[in-house]
Amino acid sequence: MILSTLEDMPGYVVTQHLGIVSGSTVRSKHFGRDFMAGLKNIVGGELKGYTELLNESRVEAMKRLQQQAEQMGADAVLNIRFGTSSIAAGAAEVFAYGTAVKVNRA
Amino acid sequence: MFEFFFIVFPLIVGYLVGTWLENRHFADIRAREAALQNRVFTYTHNHVPAEMGACELRLLAGGTVVSVDAFKRLAAKVHSFFGGRVGVYESLVERARREAILRLREHAARIGAEMVLGMRIETSPINDGDPRKSMGVELVAYGTAVIPHKAGASAV
Repeated sequence: MILSTLEDMPGYVVTQHLGIVSGSTVRSKHFGRDFMAGLKNIVGGELKGYTELLNESRVEAMKRLQQQAEQMGADAVLNIRFGTSSIAAGAAEVFAYGTAVKVNRA
Repeated sequence: MFEFFFIVFPLIVGYLVGTWLENRHFADIRAREAALQNRVFTYTHNHVPAEMGACELRLLAGGTVVSVDAFKRLAAKVHSFFGGRVGVYESLVERARREAILRLREHAARIGAEMVLGMRIETSPINDGDPRKSMGVELVAYGTAVIPHKAGASAV
């Protein structure tokens, strides 16, 4: 399974579009991380706990996207986009979406 | 005394330590950018150039969450009362964006990629669901790393 932000794949031709696939996850940070981030907010700089949390969420969202694409029998997902949104107190959603396609060697 | 410890003290510490940390971060960013100069270029372009030939594609992302210090947060509030440029937040997003792009390029360099195509940048505020309570800003740069298949090397 190839995941890519590009519109095409070198050496392959897209033979069939299977439609949009997406994956998302909502995660919240635990109290410890929140407390540390509060302290860090005094001096500014990178909030490592949050960076880590959102990276993990992105990996999870991509995994779900890939699962969905595999169920549809896709060979690749092209034109992938990511988004993040704070949806409620202490929780952030990370989503990924793209176009599932079948490809053949050119 | 209570006011001093919980209001004035964080402002002073925030200003001194925050400014020092920010300058150090910018110096670090400049050094890492110089180390990657003329290597692993990023493009927003969506197609692999024909002259690349056979290559492997990998989806990569680099992200960071950065916040401003207590003093600058107060300064930004004063600024936004008068309107116009808020320089404090400009340097915050610049620093986060350059860091995110650097992480993407450094990851690409580690796996032997020649370039990153179809790069997108995403900004989102981290605010605990309350827009007035800004915790910082998340910057993500993601794209497709292009790894050339070297002659003689086994194709993955």
